[in-house]
Amino acid sequence: MMESIGIKYIWLVPLAPLVAFILISLLFKRFKMLSAVTAIVSMAISFILSLDILRLVLTNHEITMNNPIEIAVPWIDINGLFIEAGALIDPLTAGMLFVVTFISLLVTIYSVGYMHDDPGFSRFFSYLGLFVFSMLGLVIANNYFQMFFFWELVGLCSYLLIGFYYYKNSAADANKKAFITNRVADFGFMLGIIILFVNFDTFNFGKLAEAINASSDLALITLAGILVFVGPIGKSGQFPLHVWLPDAMEGPTPVSALIHAATMVAAGVYLLARGFILFASSTTTITFIAYLGGFTALFAATIAVTQRDFKRILAFSTLSQLGYMVMAIGIGSLTAGMFHLTTHAFFKALMFLCAGSVIHALHKQDIFEMGGVFKEMKITGTCMVIGGLAIAGIPPFAGFWSKDEILLTAKANGFTLLYIMASITAFLTAFYMFRLIFLAFFGEKRSDFHAHESPLTMTIPLIILAVFSIFGGFIGAPFVEHGYASYVYFGEPHHPTPDLMVMVSSTLVAVAGIFLAWLIYIKKAISAEKIATQFAPIYKFLYNKWYIDEIYAWFFNKIVLGISNVFNWCDRYIVDGIAHSIAWIIRTSGYKGRYLHTGSLQTYGLVIFTAVVVITLFLAGPVVGGVQ
Amino acid sequence: MSFPILSSILLAPVLGVLVILFIPEKEDKIIKIVSAIATGITVILSLIAYFAYDQSVGGLQFVEHIPWIEKLGVAYGLGVDGISLPLVLLTAIVIFAGVFASWGLEERVKEFFIFLLALVAGVFGVFLTTDLFFFYLFFEVAVIPMYILIGVWGSTNKEYAAMKLTLYLLVGSAFALIAIIAVYLYTGLGTFDILTLTKQTYDVGFQKFAFFLLMIGFGFLVPMWPLHTWSPDGHVAAPTAVSMLHAGVLMKLGGYGLVRAGIFMFPEGAKFWAPVIAGLCIVNVVYGAMVAMAQKDLKFVIGYSSVSHMGYVLLGVAALNTLSISGAVAQMFAHGIMTALFFALVGNIYNKAHTRMIADFGGLAHQMPRVAVGFVIAGLASLGLPGLVNFVAEYSIFVGAFRVYPALAVLAVSGIVITATYVLRVVQKVFYGPRNPRWDDLEDAKGVEMVPIVILCAVLLFLGFFPSLLMDMINNGVDPFVIDYLSTLEIGGMF
Amino acid sequence: MITLNHYLLLSAILFCIGLYGALSKKNAIAILISIELMLNAVNVNLVAITKFLTPGDITGQIFALFVIVVAACEVALGLAIVVAIYRDRSTVEVENLDWLKW
Repeated sequence: MMESIGIKYIWLVPLAPLVAFILISLLFKRFKMLSAVTAIVSMAISFILSLDILRLVLTNHEITMNNPIEIAVPWIDINGLFIEAGALIDPLTAGMLFVVTFISLLVTIYSVGYMHDDPGFSRFFSYLGLFVFSMLGLVIANNYFQMFFFWELVGLCSYLLIGFYYYKNSAADANKKAFITNRVADFGFMLGIIILFVNFDTFNFGKLAEAINASSDLALITLAGILVFVGPIGKSGQFPLHVWLPDAMEGPTPVSALIHAATMVAAGVYLLARGFILFASSTTTITFIAYLGGFTALFAATIAVTQRDFKRILAFSTLSQLGYMVMAIGIGSLTAGMFHLTTHAFFKALMFLCAGSVIHALHKQDIFEMGGVFKEMKITGTCMVIGGLAIAGIPPFAGFWSKDEILLTAKANGFTLLYIMASITAFLTAFYMFRLIFLAFFGEKRSDFHAHESPLTMTIPLIILAVFSIFGGFIGAPFVEHGYASYVYFGEPHHPTPDLMVMVSSTLVAVAGIFLAWLIYIKKAISAEKIATQFAPIYKFLYNKWYIDEIYAWFFNKIVLGISNVFNWCDRYIVDGIAHSIAWIIRTSGYKGRYLHTGSLQTYGLVIFTAVVVITLFLAGPVVGGVQ
Repeated sequence: MSFPILSSILLAPVLGVLVILFIPEKEDKIIKIVSAIATGITVILSLIAYFAYDQSVGGLQFVEHIPWIEKLGVAYGLGVDGISLPLVLLTAIVIFAGVFASWGLEERVKEFFIFLLALVAGVFGVFLTTDLFFFYLFFEVAVIPMYILIGVWGSTNKEYAAMKLTLYLLVGSAFALIAIIAVYLYTGLGTFDILTLTKQTYDVGFQKFAFFLLMIGFGFLVPMWPLHTWSPDGHVAAPTAVSMLHAGVLMKLGGYGLVRAGIFMFPEGAKFWAPVIAGLCIVNVVYGAMVAMAQKDLKFVIGYSSVSHMGYVLLGVAALNTLSISGAVAQMFAHGIMTALFFALVGNIYNKAHTRMIADFGGLAHQMPRVAVGFVIAGLASLGLPGLVNFVAEYSIFVGAFRVYPALAVLAVSGIVITATYVLRVVQKVFYGPRNPRWDDLEDAKGVEMVPIVILCAVLLFLGFFPSLLMDMINNGVDPFVIDYLSTLEIGGMF
Repeated sequence: MITLNHYLLLSAILFCIGLYGALSKKNAIAILISIELMLNAVNVNLVAITKFLTPGDITGQIFALFVIVVAACEVALGLAIVVAIYRDRSTVEVENLDWLKW
């Protein structure tokens, strides 16, 4: 039953890209095309094996979330610490493997065109290999430790790729910011899994699930859950650790598509799904997750409305959508969260690749300097519109079904406030996304540029992704039998009952958003500038991203560097001062004491003789008598 | 009698010294080659010993025992177990890399390598010996060449640093010496053999007294806050190879001494003083990292990062359980390799650019891409990234320490965030950014210069992905001791 | 009748004169002479004590001969040094001979 090439060679899934990384970085660096081909072949191997695993999981109903296949070897086995390196195969893994390898393969192919003239061509592909290795290692992890291990490694790849243009100061700032922000989050994550290990003596997901079920220490579970959740707050860009993601757009655009939209940032959501029992066991944790996700979704959407940079708008949109997913997990629906992750991966990767295509052609990123690009870039433009419709949630595009599922669950589980917030977010999403599309692709040219359609290596991935963005949602649509929900679920599979009210209202909200964008930016019935000046404080507040970056910068520059300077001073003058004082005492006593040595032999003789006399008298006194 | 492998490790550098003595001064190429061969032999022999060590038997192996001063019970005894073997290997690797890192040296080459090899012989002796008397003796053998090496071949305030370092280390060793003599007299067995002395039971009052002395004595070496200021100054002033050896190996003597002669010999004393060590080591970790952030000189950053990282070693020792102590030993190994790599790279930059001020640099990745890659790897190891051996060591310490001092462990974990901040700041300021034409004539590392970088990076990465090679060995050494001497204690801390 | 006490008194006086000279004279030669005086005081003591306390024994006399021999060597050496110093410094005033100082 388990006979499957994919399972048998599961270790090849992550290792193939690693081999590509090693080969490219050590041997093929000088040969551009060889590097690219190596990377593509390795990704293709991973993709094919993943497809086989997916096929196995879909056809074999014995492999379920509750009954996964687990393969593991001990990695460290010493007294007090047991860590496995393993693979866990269940529908969740299989789905995620498919998404990651699929998008990676497409993005790698796309990059051949996009990075064509870049001097760091080979380096780029080697990093991609390293990233895909880390990401796949994370996806197949069967324990928290392995997850953390690769979690950090994807962070490293993100660091390397954001700083790919290392000669740009902005890139260097951005990648440092990304890594440190994620480090702060990983601090919590690490503590969380240490607490779990210290109390339950295992990192294994399955064993931990049993132990957590059996445990009655709610405070401990809550604490561990929230600490582990800090990891996703960083990696999946939840408020307040979201600040790194918009800056991460300094990296090459394919990277933004792959890492900072479709896969790595979704790792947080994947972790929430994988360790769902830990979070669901505590009402406090799960509620916290839900509201934080909901808030992030709305918060990021409000910022996106005011931004001008093509990629940054998409970045804030990613934040907002990640908030959606986290919220979905928080309101108790692992299915909805992962479903949205999957569809989002398709359409967000699509939109980023479109952005890349536009930037590649125009060498501009400010949407107010674009306009009318659609005429010159038909394929890219069409794909972008498809992506926009998908994210806005217009039926039957992919985003509609997954977003609908989240809204539905929110309503059904009684989270009215979140339902309202999510609906407002949906409205804003539709608005800012079509603001972007209308400003960039339609209307008049607002600056001087010559656009041209991108080469085939770039447009073919776009078209494939566009197809998935249109039809991808059907895997989880309510009318499909044995859909997404019957594979990926927590506890018992449940089939969503379609609620016409929710569907219609969410569609209406999306259409309203698009209509408003059309009114303002195409029809010019309403002046955006007028609104901006009328509500200047709010506009400024949003445009400056709620001033959160400024707060962090202030905290770092004033508080952290201040403390570090104080400590440095302390080390120089207090700790060393004490040591120097001791040295000074010794030196001074020697300095003063040396006057005893006059150098005059006669003085020495006098001292010696006096001493002899005194000692003789002292010793002889009792014998001679008279002193008594 | 079988081949005396440990004596050979110890004597290879000594032999190197003798050979170099007879080589004329101007043949510096030959002197360097002889040094490389002598240290290369130690690497090979250490590797052989490492893999020939029978873990299923455990305990001291390859034992050699020759009575020396029979009346005092002093014996030339050598032997290694899972605790000392990794450190012997570390020493061999670091010195081998160090010889190549000083390949470009031109000033007084002959004397330099004589002292360097003498120093290494001392360090090997400390790790190899099973006799407390020789432990002390070898330690002194290591300190004195260090004084000369820094004082003569150093830079930046070298006389001050050499003097400070030597005085601190000698004061520390004086404390340890008092403890050694006290133990010798207290037992009255007429032996300095560490294992025999460990097996004795001591009065609790005496344990507290003796452990206190050892704690201060080895605390100077580790270095424990506030006894640490010699180490950044020393690191900065020392020539490249000496910095590597100093930060990479010499600081580990303190940690090794605490483990070998401290906690197992005086478990009750260790239990009494452990909370103090734990408290101070957190100061090491957090304070050291914060001070590192404020530094302007590259070498000072690394010097303070060593203070910070050695805090983890102390934390592992203070938590007094198998996992934490294994982690501490592994951290000594990992930090040794990592910091040696750092110093090799900084030395490489300094030799060419004649400055180490961070503010002078920028965009160096354009001119020195290989150095940049090495530096990033070292930096990532420093901030505890998975896939590099430091991560495993630190993680073991965290898990082990968390069981005993949860609050302190949290603070210790926060150290990795601060470390990430200062390491990445340095990487950014030195290597990222636009090309700076001022450094256009800098040559990237190549040829012999690449040897230390490649070796050290390879060790970091290889053991990072296959840590059980290291951890099994260490655990094999630590576990029996912990079961025999520490497991009956109820260790609990202030926090 | 001359008793032991007389000899001892003589020896003490000689010694004190010698000591005073050794500690207060500025000229190196004078100091050497004073030291000779002290040595001779000791010789007187040695001979007198042997003569009066253990008559027939000659230990003291032999010791005195030893002292005279050693003193001769000492003077030879001392004068050689003084001459050497004089050549170097054109003076044998000990106040100027303070090279050991600091």
